[in-house]
Formats: sequence, structure tokens, C-alpha cells
Amino acid sequence: MTEVSVAKQDMAATGELVVLKSVNKHFGALHVLQDIDMTIARGEVVVVIGPSGSGKSTLCRTINRLETIDSGAITIDGKPLPAEGKELARLRADVGMVFQSFNLFAHKTVLENVMLGQIKVRKKDKKAAEERARALLDRVGVGAQADKYPAQLSGGQQQRVAIARALAMEPKVMLFDEPTSALDPEMINEVLEVMQQLARDGMTMIVVTHEMGFARSAANRVVFMADGRIVEEAAPDQFFSNPRSDRAKDFLSKILHH
Amino acid sequence: MRRPAERRTRVSLYAEAREIVFDFLEGYDLLGAFWTTVQLAALSAVGSLVWGTLLAAMRVGPVPLMRGFGTAYVNIVRNIPLTVIILFTSLGLNQTLGVSLGADDVETINFRLAVLGLIFYTSSFVCEALRSGINTVPVGQAEAARAIGLNFNQVLGLVVLPQAFRSSVVPLANVLIALIKNTTVAAAIGVAEAAVLMKEMIENEAQLLLISAIIAFGFVVLTLPTGLILGWVGKKVAVKR
Repeated sequence: MTEVSVAKQDMAATGELVVLKSVNKHFGALHVLQDIDMTIARGEVVVVIGPSGSGKSTLCRTINRLETIDSGAITIDGKPLPAEGKELARLRADVGMVFQSFNLFAHKTVLENVMLGQIKVRKKDKKAAEERARALLDRVGVGAQADKYPAQLSGGQQQRVAIARALAMEPKVMLFDEPTSALDPEMINEVLEVMQQLARDGMTMIVVTHEMGFARSAANRVVFMADGRIVEEAAPDQFFSNPRSDRAKDFLSKILHH
Repeated sequence: MRRPAERRTRVSLYAEAREIVFDFLEGYDLLGAFWTTVQLAALSAVGSLVWGTLLAAMRVGPVPLMRGFGTAYVNIVRNIPLTVIILFTSLGLNQTLGVSLGADDVETINFRLAVLGLIFYTSSFVCEALRSGINTVPVGQAEAARAIGLNFNQVLGLVVLPQAFRSSVVPLANVLIALIKNTTVAAAIGVAEAAVLMKEMIENEAQLLLISAIIAFGFVVLTLPTGLILGWVGKKVAVKR
């Protein structure tokens, strides 16, 4: 208990990085996000779990405005999310995103994928960008693949390149939208290891995932969503061993007994 | 075994026959006419590619006014007969409004007007070929590009269009082939390209079928390699996913 309160004080000291206030979103008649309130502190790792269709991916995508919201407010580092335009592009550069389907630029080599944003958005010169790109690719363990095209890499390698591409922008926060859901089982760990290292290095992360092992070991907090609402928020130990809500108990009973 | 003298007679007979059959070609600048066709096609192709790309960018862009303009342009222009457009450049633009596109002599004015009309028309087809190419680029590519902070022009210019062009090579080749043949419509305002020459020859000579065949062959020489080469290029540059 004391540990939790110490952690909370730390967060207060370093500040709130991402704040969502009564966020609502509809897809036609479907109310996918219902009055979502959420605060992510600097350096915190938040894992969002929940059944399919609960709105967790949509939540993740609203944070860099790949999905617009109908009402409510989202602020990042104290600044409200701007409307489409230059301001928004600038903000997106500070928010790294990793997709379920990797989305590496198919016509560019791995190295060019990691260099593009640095040169075009951060206005770095080519040499500095390449140096940083190579260092990042080494860090995620795909340095040897730098000159290949994405289609020549395995899924796990592609996803690690995608993480390097996001890191190259020196983001304040990283969003992971089901980063391992499209991977073959034997490739999941190589991606999770990179993410765990990132978490240890103090990166602020919001991770939508079905990997309960990752949630247990790397998360500061687990957010459980169902039917467009946040049903429960707790430290991972507490959530997995002693969930409060029936919905969470039901969900966990279905996935943890295999 | 023929005797040499007999063979010589045969050879000279062939030569004589050839002279008689192709006699009518004398005095006509066949290569010059096709050179005009090539110039018309090449200039119009470059212009249509540029203007068509801009139109496609408008049609997929976020600005409603531009989207509306792009959609209206394509749907109106591609449904007007090319002959009407080409005639309008001469009768409307030049003779009524006095547009001469910076040229003095009638020949150059008409050539430039024809290029303008061909660009105006062909760009609507280029736009649609490109737009179908854009639709082959997965949404995730643009999302990833936006997510690293690229603005709309960069997303389009650096990520979406380069991939769209690669998958549009074959449809664009179709447009180019149609354009090469459409240059014959420039005959309507007197640009001295292959079709004008054909008409002139048919009027003056008695070799209707042969003249038509020669002109048709000239166009096949231009279009067939275009299709084959661009088909090969299309395969070569295709984006692997």
C-alpha cells in the first residue's frame, strides 16, 4: 500500500502527460467511448485490456487523433489536442504509435523507414538521421536488416522496426495498438522484450494488448474496458489476483485458465 | 538451277514492282507527320500527368472545395467528346477570345492549342487511373505517415503517391496509348500530324487500303512498344506487401 502511494507522489511530481476528460465517441449508432476519464503520468506504463469491441483500440487512436472524438477533451503535456493541420502534425511527432499491422512504408527500405520522419519532420540532416536510425535498429535487434524492404522481414522483425521508427522521433509517449496480435506465437516474445526494455528505460507507454504476461510484468496500472467504458483500474497484481468488478472477473476467468 | 541472267531479271522486276506500289509515297513527309504526332503525344502526356496528379491530390484531399472541384472536373471533362474540346480551343479560345499561347504563326498556335486541349481532356483519365492506384495503398500506410507527424502534402507526396504510381503504371499505359491515338483529333484544327497526311494522301492517290494500312502500322509502331514496355515496368516496380 505504501509503495503505491509513493508511486503516486512520484507521478504528481513529474506531472500528468496525457489526460482524457469525459471523452465520448460514436460510430453511427454505436457508442464506442462513453465518458472516458483517464490520466497517464510521465513515465507510467498503462496497459489497456478488455474484450474485443470494448473500444480500447479506438481509445488508443483518439490520443493522436487518428480517430476524432465527439465530445470531451484530450490534453497532451498540458496542451489540448489541436484540430487537423500543422499543429496536429507537430503534436503527432511527439506521440509515437505502433500498429497491429506494423504499417511500415512498403516502398522504402527499413533504414529509410526509420530516417523519413527524422529528416522530414525533425529536419535533421541525412547523416545524423542515418546514425540514429542504425543505432535504434541495433537496439531493437534488426540492425542487420537495415537495407531490406519490409516485405522481406518476418512479422516480429517488422514490428520491431516499427517501434524503432516511432522512437526515432523521440516521442514523449508511445501508443501501442495491439502490437503482437498479428504475430505468429514464436515472434511475440521478441517484440514484448523490446517493449519491456522501453518500459524499464522510463518511456511513458499506453499499451492495448491481450498479453496478460506483459501486463503483469511491465505495467504500472491496468485499465480494464468493456462496452465503451472503463470498468476497472488497478495495479496489475491487484487486478489479476483480486478483480473488483464482475465484468473483469468474468473476463479473467475466460482467459486465465488455459 | 537458274541462270544468273534470269535471276537478275527477277530482282530488277521486284525492284520495279516495289517502285510502282510505293510510288505514291513520293512527295509526302511521312516521318515528319509522325514526328508531329510523337511531339503532340509526348507534350500532352507530360502535361496530363502533372495536371492529372494535381487533380487526384484534390480528389483525395481534406479540403471540400478542392474535392468538389476535382470531382466536377473529372465528371464533366471526361464526358465531353475530344473533338468538341479541340474545336473549342481553336474556335473559342483562339478565334473568339484571342488566346494565342505566345505564338505568332497559325501552325504553332494550333499545335499548342491542340496540346492544351489534349491535356485538358486526358488529365481527367490520368486522375482516375491514379485514384484507383491510391485505393490500392492500404489505409495503414497513410495512418503511419500521419502518426510520425508528416503533414497532408508529405503523406501524399512521400508515402501514398509513390506507391500509387507504382500500381498505376499499367492503367496509365492504357491512358497513354489512348492519348497517342487521340492526337489524330488535332487534325480537326489543322495540325499536320499523321491523320492529316493520311487524308491528303487518300485524296490524291488511288491506294486507299495501302495508305490506311501504312498509317495504322505507324501507330502500332508507337503504341505496341509503349504497352509492352510499361507493362514490364509495372511488374518491375510493383510494391511487395
